[in-house]
Amino acid sequence: MRTDSVPRWARNTGWYVLLTLLATVVLFPIWMTIVRALSNPITWSFDRGQPPYPVDIEWDVFSRAFDEASFGRQLALSGAVTVIIVVGQLVTSVLAAYAFAFVEFPFKRIMFAIAMATLMLPIEVTLVANSRTIRELGWTNSVEGLTVPFLATALGIFLVRQGFRGIHPDLRDAAALDGYGHLRFLWRVAIPVTRPVIAAFTVLSFLAAWNSYLWPRAITDDADWNTIQIGLRAVGNSTADQLNVGVAAALLAALPVLLVLIFFQRHIVRGLTAGAVKG
Amino acid sequence: MKSSRARQALAGYGLLAPALIVFTTFSFYPLWRVIWLGLHEQNRTGTRQRWVGVDQYTDVLTGEEFRDGLWITAQFVLLTVPIGVAMGILLAVAANRRLRGIKAFQVIFSSTIASSTAVTAVVFFVLLEPSIGYLSNPWIFDLLDPDRAIFAVALTGVWQNLGLTFIITLAGLQAVPDDLLEAARLDGFGPVRTFVRVTLPMITPTLLFLSVALTVFGLQAFAQIDVLTGGGPAGATETLVYKIFSSQEPRQLGEGSVMSVGLFLVTGAVATLQFWLLERRVHYAN
Repeated sequence: MRTDSVPRWARNTGWYVLLTLLATVVLFPIWMTIVRALSNPITWSFDRGQPPYPVDIEWDVFSRAFDEASFGRQLALSGAVTVIIVVGQLVTSVLAAYAFAFVEFPFKRIMFAIAMATLMLPIEVTLVANSRTIRELGWTNSVEGLTVPFLATALGIFLVRQGFRGIHPDLRDAAALDGYGHLRFLWRVAIPVTRPVIAAFTVLSFLAAWNSYLWPRAITDDADWNTIQIGLRAVGNSTADQLNVGVAAALLAALPVLLVLIFFQRHIVRGLTAGAVKG
Repeated sequence: MKSSRARQALAGYGLLAPALIVFTTFSFYPLWRVIWLGLHEQNRTGTRQRWVGVDQYTDVLTGEEFRDGLWITAQFVLLTVPIGVAMGILLAVAANRRLRGIKAFQVIFSSTIASSTAVTAVVFFVLLEPSIGYLSNPWIFDLLDPDRAIFAVALTGVWQNLGLTFIITLAGLQAVPDDLLEAARLDGFGPVRTFVRVTLPMITPTLLFLSVALTVFGLQAFAQIDVLTGGGPAGATETLVYKIFSSQEPRQLGEGSVMSVGLFLVTGAVATLQFWLLERRVHYAN
């Protein structure tokens, strides 16, 4: 009842003040990154005393990232690697999830437990051994090395299986009566019906593949095989007058993810909250 | 009948095969392999190995290197997780209401999810640059001071996780039934008491899930350290994963493998502990 004594407009103003304050905290680092990318680095840091707004703006910094920091090649590599991983994970996850949801075979529960156990084995734990395997296969500095270990993931199998399990048995029976075999049922019924789950998983898979760092860092040692994320490492060693180019590359690296976030926001939320919230 | 069962089995394993091949080659075999490598010592070129047995495990796991890595990792976790969860609650509570333009704030609060760890490291490199970065100062955030560099590195983790913690906590808040909040209001609960007595217990499972996820991220911290400090100054930010990454030369391979097994055990223990806590809390809530 105490709350009713505060007029509505005052309460709303209070919330807006708090929200704006929080938004400033969240956005300030991004704003300063934009400032550093656009400003001439020497003018900004030495002549003008590091102001919180861009000075002596150089718009060509983004094209220079392509010309001088080989951003274009890194973009192509990251793009190819990401597409291969996402498509691979979709295929392996859908097939395995289908087996777990609709096919009866011996040791099914054990096989499911084994698949889920890989969640306990992140690349950080297996790094030392896996990078040796990659070297033995001759896959250092190669697309195979960057992608093959990630072509299957327990998370995808789990999420898609959850989706498949939501399919009503009547639908399966009807499809069986129509003479649908496994593949036709998968393609015509199961996948279309579970599209939201699959979309959510696709977005998560994209984020993980595009952002991955430790693995490409461990199994490439040639700058020609730098993904975008690894290329950003150069920023730490760049000279003061070159810093803006690397910072601009970081902004460009975040752009595809930002677009995905904006266009597929619903899917991201669904994917991230799967399992986090009951019901 | 029998042939149909055999066909089902064939179909089942046929569908599983691609995933199983990847899991076997790149998850289970390497686990066995790090355990095995941990029992051996390599010569300088890695052409020969010598059995040293469990001694290497006891030596490394009780040694200074592993303890340091674990302690630095623990600092990173302790600095990022509680603050991360608290910030998530603050952002989500602020944005969980009907106001004009609230969608824009929600998008802003989620936005850090677009920033990979490497991008985040660059963003904070700009802010933490010694002597000219806005946040660089001799009291808290100083990349050049061995005692304080970890704060600077942890700061990047807190910021990067904001989007994720916000999204998950907001979803948790929105799942709290309205009639429960209405009942609390009718009972004369003020907003603070409603939050502490009704909302918070309801979102406890969400918050625990979140803290498990953030802890696991923290245990795996690498990219921000590689970009910002390279493990320095003077090894002050060498987390466990950073040490594992830097011990791939044949001579250190045994040690790196033992530390990998150590990381596996620590991660498993943390996850088990937190899920056990979760179980208990949920039972109390019921």
